Amino acid sequence: MSETPSVTSAPVEVWITGIGLATSLGEGLDANWEALNAGQINVDEKGFAPYIVHPWAKVNLEAQIPKKEQRQMEAWQRIGTYAAGLALDSAGLKGNKDILSRMDMIVAAGGGERDISVDTAILNAEAEGNCTPGFLNDRLMSDLRPTLFLAQLSNLLAGNIAISHGVCGTSRTFMGEEVAGVDAFKIALARIAGGQSDIALVGGSHNGERKDLLVLYEFGDYNLKNEFKPVWARKEHPGFALGSAGAFLVLESKPHAEARGAKPLARLSKVVADRARRKEAGAVTGTLDRLWSALDVHDAAGAIITGATGAEPVTSEERAFLDHHKSFAVRSSGTRFGHTMEAHFALDLALAALSISRGALFAPGDTSGVESEMKQAPTQIVVVGAGHYRGEGMALVEAVK
Amino acid sequence: MSVRDKFGRPVVVVTGMGIVTSLGAGKSDNWTKLVAGESGIRTITRFPIDGLKTTMAGTVDFVPVAPFTSTGLSERLGHMAVEEAIAQAGIGSKGDFPGPLFLAVAPVEIEWPQRLELAHEVGGTHFTYDDLLKVCGGGKFVNYHHRFLFGSVADSLSDTFGTKGSPISLSTACASGATAIQLGVEAIRRGETDVALCAATEGSVNPEGLVRFSLLSALSTQNDPPQAASKPFSKNRDGFVMAEGAGALVLESYDAAVARGAKILGVVAGCGELTDSFHRTRSSPDGKPIIGCIRKALADAGMAPEQIDHINAHGTATPENDKMEYVGVSAVFGEHTGKIPVSSNKSMVGHTISAAGAVEAIISLLTLEHQLIPPTINYDIPDPAILFDVVGNKAREARVTAVMSNSFGFGGQNASLILTREPA
Repeated sequence: MSETPSVTSAPVEVWITGIGLATSLGEGLDANWEALNAGQINVDEKGFAPYIVHPWAKVNLEAQIPKKEQRQMEAWQRIGTYAAGLALDSAGLKGNKDILSRMDMIVAAGGGERDISVDTAILNAEAEGNCTPGFLNDRLMSDLRPTLFLAQLSNLLAGNIAISHGVCGTSRTFMGEEVAGVDAFKIALARIAGGQSDIALVGGSHNGERKDLLVLYEFGDYNLKNEFKPVWARKEHPGFALGSAGAFLVLESKPHAEARGAKPLARLSKVVADRARRKEAGAVTGTLDRLWSALDVHDAAGAIITGATGAEPVTSEERAFLDHHKSFAVRSSGTRFGHTMEAHFALDLALAALSISRGALFAPGDTSGVESEMKQAPTQIVVVGAGHYRGEGMALVEAVK
Repeated sequence: MSVRDKFGRPVVVVTGMGIVTSLGAGKSDNWTKLVAGESGIRTITRFPIDGLKTTMAGTVDFVPVAPFTSTGLSERLGHMAVEEAIAQAGIGSKGDFPGPLFLAVAPVEIEWPQRLELAHEVGGTHFTYDDLLKVCGGGKFVNYHHRFLFGSVADSLSDTFGTKGSPISLSTACASGATAIQLGVEAIRRGETDVALCAATEGSVNPEGLVRFSLLSALSTQNDPPQAASKPFSKNRDGFVMAEGAGALVLESYDAAVARGAKILGVVAGCGELTDSFHRTRSSPDGKPIIGCIRKALADAGMAPEQIDHINAHGTATPENDKMEYVGVSAVFGEHTGKIPVSSNKSMVGHTISAAGAVEAIISLLTLEHQLIPPTINYDIPDPAILFDVVGNKAREARVTAVMSNSFGFGGQNASLILTREPA
């Protein structure tokens, strides 16, 4: 990382040189790729019934996180720290102290899980008539684990990645649901392209197996209930199934990658974001149209990977936008992985870079007619993210010629 | 002619500032009280304090929020600070700020009053979490969905002030306010925008917020009198005091500010950040990440240590922080260390956590403007191991041309800013 660059005239080319994926479909690039092409979906319709979630596929955590560190983390941090380690492995950077000590990091994060049993016990005790002034204070002082706070703090996923993997140039955590992920990549790309950074680890994580999150989204009736259906088939019963995934990418300037002999999986050419005033019908469609025109899409029949949630009305608005690009092969990652909120844009960028690097788009995931086969190797993939409540973003991932 | 810094980048200046702390609303009120050595720390009245080890805080009680939520208060404080900053800058038009928003804000979650409301909606006793979940939907609590989204405060600010593009909400714990400023500086230097709104807000004095820090032994328990609790750099310091507040800065390229005839309040000359991977809450004992952070800020500003003539310290008054800040600063500044007047605003306003970096940057800029350094109050028993020239108890007139403002946070977050009166 260089803090004192001169203003460069031409933007520096930014490569994706590492991907780490640990999802409900498995760990690593091969497992996710094979599961996607086999049409697998890992969904739990019973454990949180009537709500549907995508549980994280268990891994051998010790492969990436020392045991004593695992104990200091909650699930969302373990998922993210694990995936971050995979990304560093993929980029050939694990243990490279020289680079890791100056590597920048931007994490898109929500917060950590509540201790549900403590919350429930306190609420029941209050309902039983415990309402002395100090009641809540006493219970919190005695029932909360001191370290739980650190497992809940948003910026402590980045903190844990620094501790477990030694990524300690800089560390910034962006919050704000889906678009936090878009902005994380937008800023990381702008910094590298503008000569303010050479290399960055960017991504996020999400644990969908959380009743406290179901509470938050149930306030707005956003949870998918009763029966799993692909995102495009949810219009009658809209909603998202919370997903579980860690997704991290290593972004690197081309000169930095070449100097260390790192090969690009793909190029990250553009990331754009905006916030439609959603009170007006059609605002999201209009914003997505404008974001598209800010990308330099020249493929007449390329590919689109979208994090469409299944929530309404935003999913219908996005479909109206997709209808403007009918020659493009569309893939909904929400159908396959569930909705992974802050981590979702990173997940979709990972899938786009993976598809570019494998010379194929993964198989379609539903029969609604939105997703079609793509025979040729994609050279440009547009990643689309429209948040369930607000925030829109788009990115262009391209093959390195 | 375009004015560039010595690295060829656009010079980033401040043209508007707004501040709210436990001392009051606005720059004028805050500055008067800061230089008079007044404390905003008081015994908590917002909620019962029975059973708590720490019973005081720098709460902002003069801003009513009903029903009270911490996120609602931080939103309100953010609005006040931003309104003041934009009015001073005189930029854009009402509801149409011509640049992006970078907002430092505390992590958000559903709070106890709302949890209790759900329990009461369920009714009876012996209910489970699933029972709570069952009553959440159907629209009755729909406002809580938006209220407890992490992006909700930025949403509200963006709607009201008409900032452009996707507003960024960020957290780097106690360094968040400095990071918000840094993001704005970087965007202007990249030439993406001529102007940015950098804000930071904190309203987290609620029972669980207090208990969480208390369980980590981070808070002062010297409750009586509350005004004397926060003792940065004193031998008998025993922790920080939670506080609320907000700060907002309008950053602009020098050229854009001059072109529209704006008054320039100061320059953000340099920013540095460096992660500490030693421990979740403790600094590396060798101080290397803090040293590196300060050196990066100096390098970014293109300045030598001798050019810094005041340090607005992080100075939380935890035993660990103040010691490590001294270790880090003295390693970089060497013999010059003792010649730099150092002060901690937290002695008076408490630790405004997510907002602190912005609040203290603003106070640093006011220090440059007035050539007067606000005191570190409660400095009666200096820590003999900390050989700073602490501006103890009384404001000090001084020639101040460049201030370093430090922020260090949980999760290994270190950030330093260098603020000057004129472009270097």
